[in-house]
Amino acid sequence: MNFAVLFEAQNLALFGTGILTTLTLLLASLMVGAVMALVFALLLTGPWAPLRWLVGAYTYVIRGTPLLIQVYLIYYGLGQLEWIQARWDSLWPWTHFKDPFFCALLAFALNTAGYTAEMLAGAIRETSAGEIEAAQAYGMSRFQVMLRIVLPSALRRTLPAYSNEVVMMLHATSLASAVPSLVDVTAAASSIYATYYLPFEAYLAAAAIYLVASFCLIGLFKLGERRFLAYLAPRTH
Amino acid sequence: MNAYVSAILQGAVLTVGVSIAALLVSVVLGLLGAGAKLSGRPVWVGMATAYTTIIRGIPDLVLMLLIFYGGTIGLNNALEWMGSEATVDINPFVAGVLTLGFIYGAYMTETFRGAMLSIPKGQAEAAWAFGFGPTQTFIRITAPQMVRYALPGFTNNWLVLIKATALVSLIGLQEMTYAAKQASAATRSPFVFFLFTAGLFLVYTTVSLAALRRLNARFSLGTKRGTL
Repeated sequence: MNFAVLFEAQNLALFGTGILTTLTLLLASLMVGAVMALVFALLLTGPWAPLRWLVGAYTYVIRGTPLLIQVYLIYYGLGQLEWIQARWDSLWPWTHFKDPFFCALLAFALNTAGYTAEMLAGAIRETSAGEIEAAQAYGMSRFQVMLRIVLPSALRRTLPAYSNEVVMMLHATSLASAVPSLVDVTAAASSIYATYYLPFEAYLAAAAIYLVASFCLIGLFKLGERRFLAYLAPRTH
Repeated sequence: MNAYVSAILQGAVLTVGVSIAALLVSVVLGLLGAGAKLSGRPVWVGMATAYTTIIRGIPDLVLMLLIFYGGTIGLNNALEWMGSEATVDINPFVAGVLTLGFIYGAYMTETFRGAMLSIPKGQAEAAWAFGFGPTQTFIRITAPQMVRYALPGFTNNWLVLIKATALVSLIGLQEMTYAAKQASAATRSPFVFFLFTAGLFLVYTTVSLAALRRLNARFSLGTKRGTL
């Protein structure tokens, strides 16, 4: 066991870069994914059947195929299409498809959007009928009911399931290491393994970083639940 | 072109093999873990809790790399220490199966624990009253009833497990993702091959879902469901 190597300046810096990339990828893909998920969830529970069907097919395919394949499809696959090839040298936004960070981000965001949309749609459907009827009795329009009654409660009720999804996404960002030239925590560990031939120490350090990050995220969501789901907590007095 | 497609199809068979072998490992570990968590003995409960908490906090890929690369060196060091000249390479199939089984064993532990808790206590007590031993009680009374409660969680775990087998390609097992990557590199048409592989995964998940739904219906026979 030679853990001292991990604490040499250049290796600490490597892990630092890795943590930064992992967190940036996580936050960016969660933000983009959440916005898409909200739109998808509204379409999934909305009145237009063709759109419902289309979004349903999207979430089905995203949830039925491995994320690694999705990353490969976007990073390696899209470059094959002549339609993109013709544009990615000069035409914005297609130039981004040459950027590994953008490709990984896009794959992660599309993936988390699929899972989150289904969660959110489930919560919207489970809003109790009485709340909606009461809102309608007050003369609120469909849009107002959604904005004022259904969404505030559905978003809160999605929180516990969403905390799982966020931890899953943290773990999913380790697949960024499968894209060459992206240095996330896993890739940093792989690079230290390759340099010093110390796989055990390197990957153990990466595992510890992910473990700490997972616990921090779970703790944050627990705090959030205490704040936003207080009205659903069992009564203590 | 045909050669690549048949390589991917051969990889597809290997994917099924890895998935099923890993599933068996995870079910065994899950049952042991659930039994330990419910045993009430502090040491066992502590060990099982540490297992499920730590495993579920680390990415599959990192654990796989740790076990595959770290395990190879560890084994060779152990052999050297014992004075042997031999070196071993861990087979990626074995490493993949053990790692995936080990990881999903933690998820199965939680699923099975929940299922065991859902069975009314009176069932096991009645069995003891009839003079059944612990093993008999488990095989004849608890296990058949557990299936119904465990199936939804089991279905989820299985679907995630199938998709996780794609990661085994990164430690060199030539399953279908690996074959697709080889084909893409050789032909410069990655889009087609990855799409084809994604389609095969979709077939697997769809078939699994349909089969497990039928199984669920079979094991839920005779249970009353409340209607709103």
